[in-house]
Amino acid sequence: MIKFFLMVNKQGQTRLSRYYEHIEINKRTVLEAEVIKNCLSRSKDECSFIEYKDFKLVYRQYAALFIVVGIDQTENEMAVYELIHNFVEVLDKYFSRV
Amino acid sequence: MPAPIRLRELIRTIRTARTQAEEREMIQKECAAIRSSFREEDNTYRCRNVAKLLYMHMLGYPAHFGQLECLKLIASQKFTDKRIGYLGAMLLLDERQDVHLLMTNCIKNDLNHSTQYVQGLALCTLGCMGSSEMCRDLAGEVEKLLKTSNSYLRKKAALCAVHVIRKVPELMEMFLPATKNLLNEKNHGVLHTSVVLLTEMCERSPDMLAHFRKVRLVPQLVRILKNLIMSGYSPEHDVSGISDPFLQVRILRLLRILGRNDDDSSEAMNDILAQVATNTETSKNVGNAILYETVLTIMDIKSESGLRVLAINILGRFLLNNDKNIRYVALTSLLKTVQTDHNAVQRHRSTIVDCLKDLDVSIKRRAMELSFALVNGNNVRGMMKELLYFLDSCEPEFKADCASGIFLAAEKYAPSKRWHIDTIMRVLTTAGSYVRDDAVPNLIQLITNSVEMHAYTVQRLYKAILGDYSQQPLVQVASWCIGEYGDLLVSGQCEEEEPIQVTEDEVLDILESVLISNMSASVTRGYALTAIMKLSTRFTCTVNRIKKVVSIYGSSIDVELQQRAVEYNALFKKYDHMRPALLERMPVMEKVTTNGPAEIVQTNGETETAVLETKPPPSGLQPANQANDLLDLLGGSDITPVIPTAPPSKPASGGELLDLLGDLNLTGSPVSPPAPQIAQPPFLLDGLTSQPLFNDIAAGIPSITAYNKNGLKIDFTFERSNTNPSVTVITIQASNSTELEMTDFVFQAAVPKTFQLQLLSPSSSVIPAFNSGTITQVIKVLNPQKQQLRMRIKLTYNHKGSAMQDLAEVNNFPPQSWQ
Repeated sequence: MIKFFLMVNKQGQTRLSRYYEHIEINKRTVLEAEVIKNCLSRSKDECSFIEYKDFKLVYRQYAALFIVVGIDQTENEMAVYELIHNFVEVLDKYFSRV
Repeated sequence: MPAPIRLRELIRTIRTARTQAEEREMIQKECAAIRSSFREEDNTYRCRNVAKLLYMHMLGYPAHFGQLECLKLIASQKFTDKRIGYLGAMLLLDERQDVHLLMTNCIKNDLNHSTQYVQGLALCTLGCMGSSEMCRDLAGEVEKLLKTSNSYLRKKAALCAVHVIRKVPELMEMFLPATKNLLNEKNHGVLHTSVVLLTEMCERSPDMLAHFRKVRLVPQLVRILKNLIMSGYSPEHDVSGISDPFLQVRILRLLRILGRNDDDSSEAMNDILAQVATNTETSKNVGNAILYETVLTIMDIKSESGLRVLAINILGRFLLNNDKNIRYVALTSLLKTVQTDHNAVQRHRSTIVDCLKDLDVSIKRRAMELSFALVNGNNVRGMMKELLYFLDSCEPEFKADCASGIFLAAEKYAPSKRWHIDTIMRVLTTAGSYVRDDAVPNLIQLITNSVEMHAYTVQRLYKAILGDYSQQPLVQVASWCIGEYGDLLVSGQCEEEEPIQVTEDEVLDILESVLISNMSASVTRGYALTAIMKLSTRFTCTVNRIKKVVSIYGSSIDVELQQRAVEYNALFKKYDHMRPALLERMPVMEKVTTNGPAEIVQTNGETETAVLETKPPPSGLQPANQANDLLDLLGGSDITPVIPTAPPSKPASGGELLDLLGDLNLTGSPVSPPAPQIAQPPFLLDGLTSQPLFNDIAAGIPSITAYNKNGLKIDFTFERSNTNPSVTVITIQASNSTELEMTDFVFQAAVPKTFQLQLLSPSSSVIPAFNSGTITQVIKVLNPQKQQLRMRIKLTYNHKGSAMQDLAEVNNFPPQSWQ
């Protein structure tokens, strides 16, 4: 199950966030900061799946923007990785020049 | 009032803020404007304001005052208003807010609206945040929409049904008839959501699962999957050359659930799985995602062996791939399958071990776990070498896990004792400070067991701490060994290695520096002091030096050290004649394997034997100490007084020791502690250590109520083994009939001299009120002389805010429990 879907830029500013589970509003900002910290510390040739607390983060970097999806154990990580790319392609088609 | 700014303007303005404080200021200003606009009941701009509010909520600012506005928007007739209103409802409202129920009527009306988009919005919202009451009310509407022919609505209705089922599982039956035709659709959207719905139903209820298996769902799914693979390029579903991979993955997952533990279904899907596995293109990530899902499915269902081999080969191929993601995924799935297909995974052992050297943290962790799972008797030497090398170079967060893993593996598969000790020494020297605390007693026990290796061991340990004594576990083990086997060290006899020449002074030097050093923990200092003391009997010419050291620490600030030093001093002065007997070699220790927690306390008992050595002999020490606490009515300790089965030592000056025992046994109570046993090792070890609980039980012995006062009732149930009739296993159950719970409950027991008692750890220390739960604890009683069983029990607990304590005697044991 997808727990949350985030688009965060390199400076840590949230551009889009959607939570599929209830999390307190102040905890959300903390979560986003930690998540982006984890993603930023990875080098380019490390794998895109990070284990964070009790779920996994699948992240993908597009220029200065990170798209991070939090999933639990039942999801196929690679399918979610593809999903992120699909999402970006859809946005690109719809809004042109993303 | 001027028209409120549009959302885009707001976003632009917020982006220009350079600091967090500036941003907060802008947002607060805008919030104030929005709030006043809401108060004025402005219909035209409400939608715009709520949109801005939602954006600010997303950034992390409170927006609860917009909830009612969302409801007003939902009720409006304009589509743009409804859209923002529903979005706001999904983001801001959930079951915790009371306001959400007001939406129910709106949603009901919108579900029957003429425009499909409005219906779609309503379904979406209900599926996102509907509470159980809302779901119950509206489930009928959802079900109706599930049957419509409009595919746009059908797919949304299916997802909404998933949410309804999650919230109110009883309604699952209602959706069953609608699912019959769901898979006949051509529209992939509907197919996808239907598969999700079916997956949810199968996961939640085994009845549904059986029903779907009967209804021959598997062939339908197989057919759909086949079409997907076989059909040519279709532009609307294509992702990098594969047709609708997301649907394929979903179908594979559903097949996995259907095929689990079911032969017929598994057989029906064997072909298609093989086809998917061989035909999917692996050059792109998409293909790999599908293959991954296929492999997981194959491993989970009852597939034939050829298919399993195919799956493991795919995983092996993944491992060799350059892409990190794929390797990670392969390692994860291999970990899941290593239990069942051990041999097949062994084939890839070398690749896995190579992954240990990878730079990526996630991959290293997975490879480490997998390597531990793969260690067996044949490859243990090679694997250990790799793992030790890994331990040297890995990050600190891995070291603790790696060290414990190595210990476990070494214990299970060590080819020789010397190798085992070498390995452990290597771990201690490389990752000494990360080793877990219980490794020290385990190691000590291991060393005492390998009698012929003592000289070798102590020599190596001595050399190890000569250079560096900062790693606490290593120093602890080393000081203990030097204390025990110092004479072997000094005499220079060692078969395995070149013996080194060490004088007694050098040994004392190193121990003293450990004592003085700032780096030594308090526990380590305790070990060192006791070791020095033990050497007083093993060494011949440096006894005065030892006496001096010991007396210095008699005034140490550390209470533990001070106590030890004072007692050792007393040993030199008043009881010098007993010193040799007391400080004799420790006997071989048996490991208690029945119960996890008991084992830990047992091993703690070993470290504490050092402290208690000045009191009566090592064996009777622990029981004597604990029993003294009990009988002296010293305040309730919160450590369960487990009396471990420490084997007895050779009874040297037996008589005087018993006097000493008599000395320390202060209160003349009728029940005395279990005396140091002289000739019972066989019984002790056979009866209490190797005996599994509840095995070949003698015929039913009636249970008794041992204690019933103030609402606390304790029942004893008995079990005896036919093979070893001197052991009685008593299970106590403590229940509480008052209206408040009892916390910090501690049960202690003492038995007459001729018996032996072993108390295992209780299930918890809280007894819930109104007899709603009990604490269970197991007591093992050894009664070789078949005397009448009597027991004195002491109970301490907290009830109604005050600490309670009670002593009682249990005399009503049924004759079958001890005869």
